[in-house]
Amino acid sequence: MTLARRIIPCLDVDAGRVVKGVEFAGLRDMGDPEELAARYNREGADELILLDITASRDGRATFLETVSRVAQQLNIPFTAGGGIRRLEDGHAVLRAGADKVTVNTAAVARPELISELAAQFGSQAVVLSMDVKKTNAGWEVFVRGGAESSGRNAAAWAREGVSRGAGEILLTSIDRDGTCSGFDCGLTAAIAAQVSVPVIASGGAKTFDDFLAVFGEGQADAALAASIFHTAEHSIGALKTYLAGRGVPVRLSR
Amino acid sequence: MKVSIIDYGAGNLPSVERALRGLGAETECVTRPAQIAAASALVLPGVGHFSAFVAGLRERNLTAALRDAIARGVPILGICLGLQAMFSSSEEAPGERGLDLIHENVQALPSTVKSPHIGWNQLRRLRESVLLREIPEGAHFYFAHSYAAAAGEPHTAAACDHGFPFAAVVEQNNLMAVQFHPEKSGEVGSRVLRNFLEWAQ
Repeated sequence: MTLARRIIPCLDVDAGRVVKGVEFAGLRDMGDPEELAARYNREGADELILLDITASRDGRATFLETVSRVAQQLNIPFTAGGGIRRLEDGHAVLRAGADKVTVNTAAVARPELISELAAQFGSQAVVLSMDVKKTNAGWEVFVRGGAESSGRNAAAWAREGVSRGAGEILLTSIDRDGTCSGFDCGLTAAIAAQVSVPVIASGGAKTFDDFLAVFGEGQADAALAASIFHTAEHSIGALKTYLAGRGVPVRLSR
Repeated sequence: MKVSIIDYGAGNLPSVERALRGLGAETECVTRPAQIAAASALVLPGVGHFSAFVAGLRERNLTAALRDAIARGVPILGICLGLQAMFSSSEEAPGERGLDLIHENVQALPSTVKSPHIGWNQLRRLRESVLLREIPEGAHFYFAHSYAAAAGEPHTAAACDHGFPFAAVVEQNNLMAVQFHPEKSGEVGSRVLRNFLEWAQ
């Protein structure tokens, strides 16, 4: 009896469509969020994450509508976020059908946001998302989609987030994101050793062995990927069968 | 059949509702004691904090109505915090009283394991279970909680291990409860709900 390592596909949405950024330049259309969600639910995804990457505030209603439509497709846990600034934003996302909410930039600016959400909805509903980059100062947290340094040390911020009530850490390596060079196992293991909550590794996934490594030396509890699943380059089922054959505890039956 | 889902003000009702409707059940969300008194089957879903949960029930005057319905033999399924609420008390909210149908205390998961216990885990069956009928051994269910009731006789039908063996499936006469989220546990979770509906019929 073992807690399974989770495979989590992520949908970045803009104006109701799933998109993929190509090195922060153009956004490429990757499909319809409902269709992709239904496919991942069927293929054995352990959870789904939906992130609003719309820059403007007026995209909010569209995003909530997408959350609600995606929720209808799922019988697995569902996390949504992007642009969550206030308690009410989190409430709106949960009311639309998400089980958990992620916070990032606004939590760095005002860490109390984490405590407020956890007090209201419970730690199990609050995911602290952090985008991390290696600098001369070590592993540093970046905000605004990875564009701006926050000056915070990643391990210290992870510890603070958890002490404020975050129930999970979604850890993205900016250095690896979109590079297809594998997860940053060193970063993931360093953060996992610092906190008592599950860590979801993100950024750089390309091959099945990348997942094997992040669950091994990376000490990750879950691994997230986007484009490799969207393009059907890999099926989630095949990935899980591969991992199970190499001793990683995964959920195979649906 | 008609299932009355108890709305205490903070639960994630839509997903539970959708899952039950998908199985052909008629559902209603109930907020008043009279509705509980008239119910033929009840579901008590719950997320968040133990004290907010029991206070939510108390403020709506639902505590006594629920205890009465359960004493009369109305089938009830508690989910997650809805399982913990069946117990006397919880370390999460010292001094607060649960529904007190099982005279034990809900405990915090120990610091030796990751907490919250979030993710898909397997069960250890302690005896024949109504809710787990036709579900293969080794199936995974989705858990998301930081507190749990220790597995024990006679209430626990299946346990899960995370820090200590805790009650994952409770079956005590008409009182049924699961610590995991069946509405979020894929096809096996749906089977748990179907088993409850068939048994409650």
